[in-house]
Amino acid sequence: MKFSKSSLLASVVGTALLSTSAFAAGVHPETGEKLADDQTFTYRILDEHSSFDPQVNEDVSGSEISRNLFEGLYSQDNLGNLVPGVALSHTVSDDNLTYTFKLRDNAKWSDGKPVTAGDFVYAWRRLASPELASPYQWYAELMSVENADAIVKGDMKPEELGIKAIDDHTLEVKLTKPLPYFTAMTTHSSTFPSPKWAIEAHGAEWTKPENIVSNGAYKLVKHVPQETAIMERNTNYWDNESTIIDKVETLVINDENIALTRYLAGETDRTEVPAGQFPRLKKEYPDQAVVFPRLCSYYYTFNLSDSGPEEFKDVRVRKALAYALDRRVITDAVLQGGQFPAYTFTPAVTAGFEVPKVDFAGWSQQERDAKAKELLEAAGFTKDNPLEFDLVYNTSEGHKKIAIAMTQMWKQKLGVKVNMNNMEWKTFLNERGNQNFELARGAWCGDYNEASTFLDLMDSESGYNDGKFVNAEVDELLSGAKSTANPQPNYTRIEEIMSAEMPVIPIYHYTNVYMMNAQLKNWPIKNAEQNWYAKNLYKVAK
Amino acid sequence: MLSYILRRVAIAIPTLLLLIIISFLLMHAAPGGPFTSERPLPPAVLANIEAKYGLNNPIYVQIVNYIGGIITEFDFGPSFKYKDRSVNDIIAHGFPVTLTYGFLSFAVAVIVGGALGIAAALKQNSWLDYFAVGVSIGAQVLPNFVMAPILVLVFTLWLGWLPGGGWNDGQWNHLILPVIALSTSYMASVARLTRSSMLEVLHTNFIRTAMAKGLPYKVIIFKHALKPALLPVMSYLGPAFVSMITGSVIIDMYFSTGGIGQFYVNSALNRDYAVMMGITILIGGLTILFNLIVDILYAWVDPKIRY
Repeated sequence: MKFSKSSLLASVVGTALLSTSAFAAGVHPETGEKLADDQTFTYRILDEHSSFDPQVNEDVSGSEISRNLFEGLYSQDNLGNLVPGVALSHTVSDDNLTYTFKLRDNAKWSDGKPVTAGDFVYAWRRLASPELASPYQWYAELMSVENADAIVKGDMKPEELGIKAIDDHTLEVKLTKPLPYFTAMTTHSSTFPSPKWAIEAHGAEWTKPENIVSNGAYKLVKHVPQETAIMERNTNYWDNESTIIDKVETLVINDENIALTRYLAGETDRTEVPAGQFPRLKKEYPDQAVVFPRLCSYYYTFNLSDSGPEEFKDVRVRKALAYALDRRVITDAVLQGGQFPAYTFTPAVTAGFEVPKVDFAGWSQQERDAKAKELLEAAGFTKDNPLEFDLVYNTSEGHKKIAIAMTQMWKQKLGVKVNMNNMEWKTFLNERGNQNFELARGAWCGDYNEASTFLDLMDSESGYNDGKFVNAEVDELLSGAKSTANPQPNYTRIEEIMSAEMPVIPIYHYTNVYMMNAQLKNWPIKNAEQNWYAKNLYKVAK
Repeated sequence: MLSYILRRVAIAIPTLLLLIIISFLLMHAAPGGPFTSERPLPPAVLANIEAKYGLNNPIYVQIVNYIGGIITEFDFGPSFKYKDRSVNDIIAHGFPVTLTYGFLSFAVAVIVGGALGIAAALKQNSWLDYFAVGVSIGAQVLPNFVMAPILVLVFTLWLGWLPGGGWNDGQWNHLILPVIALSTSYMASVARLTRSSMLEVLHTNFIRTAMAKGLPYKVIIFKHALKPALLPVMSYLGPAFVSMITGSVIIDMYFSTGGIGQFYVNSALNRDYAVMMGITILIGGLTILFNLIVDILYAWVDPKIRY
């Protein structure tokens, strides 16, 4: 509805302007808004990204940069739907194992060379090759591209990967098993094409601003490590005409409070809001403080392995602890950034996921508390014989506040004694990964927008299942979900099992809480994965 | 003197070697590694990465290879985290940044601190003395992590005169706040040290003799009093200089200068072994060098000292 209106408006305004021959600059071609003279988008990043090389990069800020410098087969629109990138369309074979992509013939690299199917073949082989040793090699395996496993293990050559160029504008990919969300995975930066000639000429130095060749809407013009990366319009980009933002600048600012100060001083257009500051900022800057759902889940995981405490093997204890937490206190009083109390593991914002009605979600907090007391007593823990355990989180002011709130609730309602510990990030990961904990903090953000990216963590074989939860039915449901057209019943059942077994305590689902320049428009707040493209943004005049 | 310098250099080599070996072992003893992440890598992928960086070798082989690389090619290895860059690259970029604002801060600390200290000592118990002591105590109790936010609040947010961070190729307006924030506490120490040692010297017999002889005041102060008064200040300035030019972690983090202090902290958190080692060696080497320079300067300032 809104769309048709604005495009109508656009055509009216467009015609009006064309007739007065003042269309050129200054006005948005579709909405008719007056554009700012300076179309520079500057945003804060937490830490220097790991690489500009799309196949090598391993972090979120690097992927954001990659999406602006490069263009893959498909991109996403503001809602997260697939839209053509270099690929215009694709066909799938009857057995769902062969994908044939039709590539556009007007796509060009920043040096003017055409983007061909061969550039994708080269990039995907690079991604899987042990020689490059990319930390994202597993992505080729995750996409189930033929022979990816054997290539990563070194048993086959990268040339044997199931991808080939039929001609310059036709790309064929063979999979080992049907994967319903395969095309969605091609929006990930590790699948973006790479320029063989530049890489062969400069080696690892090819990503330096003076050497880099890219096929996206922008090209890298300057990079000062730990300070800034500056990208400017790539005039060879096929859709350069529609791009409005001229320049994209990242600023590395490690501390979020400092980042906020610099935002308020007008140095950036976007920054994260530190925990607890949203209400104040919303009041002072109602048009700049924004909040929207994010594809991430915050939870605590019980150690259910042999090294875990005996007490947690009793499901009544796990449930009692999960019930007694008043999640509203955590979201509304501690975090104050519009986060959603979580009773299921998978966030409601996940595409195609319908949140199942798990029992305790529907109860009042009094009911949950009463049930928790009952369960804990039944498990044999009383005031005189209190439950006692260790809780660990990675060092951070925010996690600490939540942990304090949780332990207080348990203490007051159930008389449980909790010893809180915190550890520096890598130590924490090491201990949690080796099951040296009792109850540990966890958080997970979706790799793609589908419930399996969350629920796969509960697979007994998953490398991310740090609590070592083992349930044969869950394993079966998960593998079944991969090959069925409608996996929702499987996901519903898994969430029900999780609610009955409580291997983890879901606490809340994240939101993005930003301060965003009110002049900046078209931010994809409804794209749960937050895959944004600077070429779709614009700044209106003040 | 020459043999003394040679002797010191000869001691410096095993010291550096020891520093490398101990840091290397300590670093590898820290839990987790450069490729520990929230999403543990599949074993095959991890094996490829470890093979690429030689982390699959026994630790003594790694140390030997590392030291060998430094000696033969002056190669400090690749960064595990910032995969487009080598350690040489990172230091070549970050060190000039820290050197610039560190050196300026040092100059400010010595000139302003020294002048305040001398003035205070010469006019002991006057308003100038109280003012100088007051300023230096004020500067001392305001550590740079308090100073930096206050400066940004006033000059960036309220007045809008100066940028709140960034380096911008060392443009002058990006230098002011970091230099003030870094230099104040050093300046305070220099001022207090200069004042007290100047006072001590002014009360010695040889100055009294010079006064009695009727030497001009300027000559007494600058030719006779200043040199011995600066001795304790110099022993403070040697290490202070090193810690200033190798970057204050807080200044780098707060002002996002891109200096090596920022890389130092992040490399420790990321277990980016090679970057951490490279910067450790740089700081260690500079510390040894400047201690030597201070010792040599000692002999020049104070003829009583002989090596």
